Amino acid sequence: MTDPTRDFPLTGAIKADGTALSLREYEAVGGYAAVRAALAGMAPGDVTTLVKDAGLRGRGGAGFPTGIKWALVPMGDDTPRPKYLVVNADEMEPGTFKDRLLLEGNPHQLIEGVILAAYAIQADLSYIFLRGEYTVAEECMQHALQEAYAAGYLGRNIMGSPYSLDLYLHMSIGRYICGEETALLNALEGKRATPRTKPPFPQISGLWGRPTIVNNVETLCNLPPIVSRGAAWFKSLSRTPNGGTKMFGVSGKAKRPGLWERPLGTTIGEILDLAGGMRDGVSLRGIIPGGASTDFLGPEHLDVPMDFDTVSKVGSRMGTGTMILLDDQTCPVGMVHNLTEFFAQESCGWCTPCRDGLPWIQKVLHTIERGAGRPEDLDVLRRHTKLLGPGLTFCALAPGAMAPLGSALVRFKEDFDRHIRDQRCAWN
Amino acid sequence: MCSPTWTGDVMLTDAIKQEIESHIHEPEHRAAACTEALRIVQRERGWIDDESIRDIAEYLGMTAHELDSVATFFNLIHRRPVGRHVIRVCASVSCWVMGYDGLRDRLLKHLDVQMGETTSDGRFTVVPNQCLGCCDRAPALMVNRELHRDVDVDALGTLLEPYR
Repeated sequence: MTDPTRDFPLTGAIKADGTALSLREYEAVGGYAAVRAALAGMAPGDVTTLVKDAGLRGRGGAGFPTGIKWALVPMGDDTPRPKYLVVNADEMEPGTFKDRLLLEGNPHQLIEGVILAAYAIQADLSYIFLRGEYTVAEECMQHALQEAYAAGYLGRNIMGSPYSLDLYLHMSIGRYICGEETALLNALEGKRATPRTKPPFPQISGLWGRPTIVNNVETLCNLPPIVSRGAAWFKSLSRTPNGGTKMFGVSGKAKRPGLWERPLGTTIGEILDLAGGMRDGVSLRGIIPGGASTDFLGPEHLDVPMDFDTVSKVGSRMGTGTMILLDDQTCPVGMVHNLTEFFAQESCGWCTPCRDGLPWIQKVLHTIERGAGRPEDLDVLRRHTKLLGPGLTFCALAPGAMAPLGSALVRFKEDFDRHIRDQRCAWN
Repeated sequence: MCSPTWTGDVMLTDAIKQEIESHIHEPEHRAAACTEALRIVQRERGWIDDESIRDIAEYLGMTAHELDSVATFFNLIHRRPVGRHVIRVCASVSCWVMGYDGLRDRLLKHLDVQMGETTSDGRFTVVPNQCLGCCDRAPALMVNRELHRDVDVDALGTLLEPYR
């Protein structure tokens, strides 16, 4: 029998019903062997080098190379302590549902990934920052943490080595901006989750001013297989120079929406095929490839490989890898209005363009959608896609909101014009 | 459990204090446990009233204003009374494509409330929620800690029946 974890390192061990693997079940498929190997035979810098060689890029949406991020953490005896490894498990990007499966299905793989990352940067303490709404994941993680402590994988002198690590579960009380790593750190400190000025970057000055790495769940779940099977194997999984598989999802009016682990570089069309194509009677008009803050693509992009560099070349981003479909029975103006309403509500309020601009855009879109739009409203929208673009706001929230809006204004121009000309929405 | 008109017990119980202590991982940073403390007190009392803000703030060495600035920032903390069960309807894009508007309208009509309101018998409060992260099983909603996916708008009565 072939080992499903060889081709599907993230999900190969997860049970068909999605219930969590126990510690015993995880160990039976090779779990915690990577931690044993690393603590027994690898220097922290060796782990970082291995992850760099594997070409692992962050799976939270931005795609920053994980090993390079770690390499910025000060090492050595005179570095400020404690150092922290923080897990971003605050999955809240609309249309994104990938980390839920990993958290619920195999919590020990995440814990093992945390230990490896923490060992690489020589962190003393680690926190999992988990969405409050993920109540099943909360219970799975709590149970898995107890098992891992009892088995000696966490706590003092892990597996008899000199290395010690404590790992705590922190339940968030809900705000999208916590996905921004410095806002997350403020939330962990018990403050309002407004982003911080960068630099200094968290690697130098993070949680309580100490060196801190924030990594996404899926990123960390890749570490045990990389350490166990090596960089060459990890690279061979991918169709691109960046190693590994990726969690890909489809939501919207496909026949069988869902989530699949496939090689990086799997095309948008192949992923849509996994979902059985569009439902009968509807056709595809648009694709938001990687969560709410990515630009619309269209049916002409089915051959585009989902990876960090190629999707950017055609004007969008792979983002979280979970795509949202727009079909011909759904109003594009209404869809962009829904997205903008989300971003307007979730703006932390810290900087003026985002706090005031997003509600303004939302109101204009609402006016157009309900049939009271004026031609000059489209100029207002276009102007805002510039004014709230990259570099003009404190963080990436508003530029992210402008991605679907800006692309929709071009791609669905006829639909916007028709709403204003006819003073009604043709779909309602 | 408490009623929606609960007016405050003034003091945190020993059990609540003990549970808050279990979330203080670094003794020099007691205030870091304030969001966990808000969750715990809200679980026990249903919502966070002004007395709770003062009690928690004092216990963790913060000012009441500092804590209120946190409590009012986050989505899952209620600073107004809620019903015995809170329904969170996912309002994000995938659920919107799959029929959020219709689900919301039917649910509000079924309960005879507006969004954000509590039923007259104090049984349910309905609020919108940002993406619940089960976009392949839309539309979705949560009742208290339980997630309901692929919600059938024609079977809302059955779905809500167990929540008395």
